[in-house]
Amino acid sequence: MPTDLSDVYTEIVGEHSREPFNKYHLDHPTDCLKGHNPSCGDEITLELDVEDGVVKDASFTGVGCAISQASTDIMIDLIRGKTVEEARHLAHLFIGMIKREITDDKELEELEEALALKNISHMPARVKCAVLAWHTLDDALKDKEKA
Amino acid sequence: MSDAQEFLKDFPLLQHKINGQKIAYLDNGATTQKPEQMIQTLCGYYGGCNANPHRGAYALSIKATDIYENARARVQKFINAARPEEIIFTKNATEALNLVAYSYGLTNIKAGDEIVITISEHHSNLVPWQFVAKTKGATLKYIYLEKDGNLSEHDIETKITDKTKLVAVTQVSNVLGLVNDVRRVVDKAHSVGAVAVVDGSQSVAHMKVDVQAIDADFFAFSGHKMLSPMGIGVLYGKYDLLDAMPPFLRGGDMIEYVEEQNTTYAELPAKFEAGTQNVGGAAGLTAAIDYLEKLTFPRIEAIEKDLVDYALPQLRELPFIELYGCDSTRDNKTGIITFNVKDVHPHDVSTILDAEGVNIRAGHHCAQPLMKCLGQNATCRASFYFYNTREDVDRWIAALKKVRGVLGYAD
Repeated sequence: MPTDLSDVYTEIVGEHSREPFNKYHLDHPTDCLKGHNPSCGDEITLELDVEDGVVKDASFTGVGCAISQASTDIMIDLIRGKTVEEARHLAHLFIGMIKREITDDKELEELEEALALKNISHMPARVKCAVLAWHTLDDALKDKEKA
Repeated sequence: MSDAQEFLKDFPLLQHKINGQKIAYLDNGATTQKPEQMIQTLCGYYGGCNANPHRGAYALSIKATDIYENARARVQKFINAARPEEIIFTKNATEALNLVAYSYGLTNIKAGDEIVITISEHHSNLVPWQFVAKTKGATLKYIYLEKDGNLSEHDIETKITDKTKLVAVTQVSNVLGLVNDVRRVVDKAHSVGAVAVVDGSQSVAHMKVDVQAIDADFFAFSGHKMLSPMGIGVLYGKYDLLDAMPPFLRGGDMIEYVEEQNTTYAELPAKFEAGTQNVGGAAGLTAAIDYLEKLTFPRIEAIEKDLVDYALPQLRELPFIELYGCDSTRDNKTGIITFNVKDVHPHDVSTILDAEGVNIRAGHHCAQPLMKCLGQNATCRASFYFYNTREDVDRWIAALKKVRGVLGYAD
């Protein structure tokens, strides 16, 4: 675990958790999916507006720690306007980064601002906070692809 | 405190450093650290006395049996049970409470009956009763709290009725840290003919418990929250109740005769101790009881009270700290302080404190209904034991002052 907290609670994480830009209800979501970590109580509901295989809009509501909130907020910025396939690819990439299965910096570049959460991968106790939204997104879109 | 050094030398883990820092271990409500005396007893058992008790006719097995049965007698005296057969060894308090739920609950509670518990129960004294109520078509009712966190007198009086068959209450809430007047609840339960189950997980290590004085029908606790190894716990039950109950787990060592189609069961306590038991754990529990009795409970209580009295005024000075269960109108606060840092999730608080070597618990503390009742999703909890010092409190409070800054709040 890094002793330097600024590696984890970066400015980006601070900003997105204090004032999450994407924390509101969509007017007409096509999909609402809940994700939660029963052991710690992080709970988010992801709202998606998916049309013609594209994530036209997204938002979230819920409660949780700075890491889960910031991770969700950053994720929504990243996937808005992406196709279902692209969004799922990003989710897999992010989860791979946090689990330290994908370590190639070039490959991870696509994650843009979400790269700020990379150091969470050194904190086993907080990994589940970081990946909650991305797992929820992946679950939500899995059904979309089948449909 | 001059005592502190004396205790610290008994606890090898507290002399370790993590990330180059001494540990301020303030999560004793979750599990306590272990004294050298207990660890040596455990090593001594496995290094020189290990055999399967109650079975072999050889000297070693007899020695193991003696250690195990001596532990039972030691626990009997420790909580002042009337007979050693009233002490059943389990894995922990959760297993002890499940034993009562499965064996007593499923047998004696019928459709239309009522079970009454309090809103401040740990999940281990809540989920089993929810299960019994659902399975049998009974109703589960809750005693809620007064504003100061103590059990509602009105609810004790009105929720426990002629329909009530079982009442379950914790002696000390693991979140609020307040001692409940369990005798009051037990008496009310008995007045309507219900049995009373008391969860002693947060009390036995911190105050003198006398199961006959509180008149509990069942009393459960875990060894690991009182200096002992994980994996050893105790169920106390009144002899006549235990004797009339069916076994919980079935198998070796709990039988009298086994035929192809029928089995008769052993007498108490063996009836409830199926399979090879945790003899090493029981030996460790004996050493822990020795340690605590040598230390004495008045001394433990005095140390914990000093730490709470030292910490609370400092916490109240911090405008960003919200406290729970710290305004009891009775003199019943134990060494548990539950709090939140404004705008910061407890898990972030815990991570930030950890970087300063301060270990606290964050989350719902296995008490989700209570969290809901407090209007919180989660809280932070610092819980003291006799080896904690004012220096630990100083480090905790100094670290708390850094929390909001780490998350970018300017204050």
